[in-house]
Amino acid sequence: MSRHAFEERFFRIARWASIAFFVCLTGFPLVVMLGLSFRPVSSLLNEPGRLLPRLSEIDLGGYTRILSSREDGGFGFAGFIGNSAYIAGVTVVLSLTFGIFAAYAAARLRYRGASFVNASILMVYLFPPLVFAVPLFVMFTRLGMRPSFTAVIIIYFAYTLPLALYMLRNYFSSVPVDIEEAARIDGASRLGVIRHVIVPLSAPAIATVGIYVFMSAWDEFLFALLFLVEDRDSWTVALGINQLEANVGTPTTVLMAGCVVITIPVVVAFSLAQRFLTEGLTSGSVKD
Amino acid sequence: MTTTTQAPPGSDRPGGATPRGRRDRKPSPSRRREARFAYLLLLPAILATVVLVVLPVLWNVTISLQSLRLIELRNFTPFGFLQAELGFDNFRLVTQQREFWSTAGRTVVYALAGTVLSLLLGLWAALAMRRPFRGRSAVKALLLVPYVLPVVAAAFVWRTMLSPQYGIVNAWGQDWFGWSRVDFFGQQSIDLPLVGTVPLAFSTVIAFEAWRYFPFAFIFVYARLQAIPKHLYEAATIDGATITQQFRHVTFPALRGVLAVLFLLRFIWNFNDFTNIYLLTGGGAGTRVISIEIYEWLIGRSNPGAAAALSLILAAVMLVVLTVYVRWQARRDQA
Repeated sequence: MSRHAFEERFFRIARWASIAFFVCLTGFPLVVMLGLSFRPVSSLLNEPGRLLPRLSEIDLGGYTRILSSREDGGFGFAGFIGNSAYIAGVTVVLSLTFGIFAAYAAARLRYRGASFVNASILMVYLFPPLVFAVPLFVMFTRLGMRPSFTAVIIIYFAYTLPLALYMLRNYFSSVPVDIEEAARIDGASRLGVIRHVIVPLSAPAIATVGIYVFMSAWDEFLFALLFLVEDRDSWTVALGINQLEANVGTPTTVLMAGCVVITIPVVVAFSLAQRFLTEGLTSGSVKD
Repeated sequence: MTTTTQAPPGSDRPGGATPRGRRDRKPSPSRRREARFAYLLLLPAILATVVLVVLPVLWNVTISLQSLRLIELRNFTPFGFLQAELGFDNFRLVTQQREFWSTAGRTVVYALAGTVLSLLLGLWAALAMRRPFRGRSAVKALLLVPYVLPVVAAAFVWRTMLSPQYGIVNAWGQDWFGWSRVDFFGQQSIDLPLVGTVPLAFSTVIAFEAWRYFPFAFIFVYARLQAIPKHLYEAATIDGATITQQFRHVTFPALRGVLAVLFLLRFIWNFNDFTNIYLLTGGGAGTRVISIEIYEWLIGRSNPGAAAALSLILAAVMLVVLTVYVRWQARRDQA
């Protein structure tokens, strides 16, 4: 067999084997998570090697127990979801509002220092988060803002804003200038142009960035741990899973139900935004 | 994949940045209005960055030079350092810990191994998924799961799967291969036949890291692969190049730029990582890295001064790596 024929055959098989491998690598933990969330914990202890629940033992008890409040004998996860939704929601509003303003300036306007602003937007992400975390912890402790949602929201806002700004700027630059100029000639103010031209034309991109910001705030762990851990009523979903496992002693299958619950919004958001998100992130890197 | 066109900084389009090529010294009134409006729009973003990014870094320096315990925070002010006694005691304290150098070394190994593995996995996945097949978009979405899954959920699923008491991996290993139970996240090292002693918990944490971040490399490499012109491969085929030769001489050179950037970003982020290790092992069983140590100083030992000093050391090491890398890249680009 020639080298050519050998390679053709080898890679045909290797390709399918690789795809199967990656499907297992990513799918298996998902199946484990879903499967366990529907089983009572006794079933897990009796049969740890079982991947999918038996039809007869399927049990939604995990979901009701994790979600219901502590007074009702549950783990109060509905409250954590509320906290996380509130924190992430406010972060999205702040980040998008100020991100849109700044991105418009960066994409369209001429001012002194523009190249410095453009070059330094993403610098934040190169620093270790702990370099900010230590002084912010000291400051907010000093100000008596611990535990406090406000502290966490301010921090999330500051750390999602640069990426929002960066992605929006890239998109705004691709909006044709002519439409804007036409609106200006018709007497629209600069703010009016942003509101009535730029924002509607960039709606998909803005939605995508909003989803990205929401996902990062929903998922964030370090700052939530530093600022919210003392007060159980202020826990976010990320903190909830971790603390319920580490300190409260919650049955594994009940916590798995919690994991499924916090994953659902992320999966929905991501499937809505997938195309824009991957393109937005990788654009610029694919140019020849 | 579409590419958004974007005016490079410094171009003369209104989308660009610096007003270059203007002869007149004095900007026209409309220009000045435009600039004023720009500053107004940028103000909140700049304010947030200064207050929450720039100032904290500076505070961090002053905190690291003071002796500051958590209980003394009541009297802390950002300018208190002007009266306080300053010194390098905190730096001495954190670097003279018995474990300091092994922790630092472990951090580098963790970042390097996790980066290389996630890049290799991502490259491999992108190459396998390169040509269309039925259901490719569904598989592509599935491959992004580790990256978008909330990290607490991902870590908890791994801890459950690998649990020595009720983990499915141990159960299958016992049934099929006759393993004795392995505590992947609790056991510092394990003796394997042929290989010898392996740091078990540390390797498992690195495996998690590679698993969680390979989709990131995958997306970028995949996008880059789609952009390689087809005619290059046609020409290579006519010249009689085999698949491996095509990879070596066409595909890999085209990917080099993207891989270099991915390597740098992932290395920095893995180097700074706190959450993954904290959630998986809490820093126990030989997995303690510098970030965990900083958290320990801050919360466990209530010593913000020492935590600040150590976080600055972390940032400094990262800066050195960054500089070396940029220099090395520049030299290679010249050659």
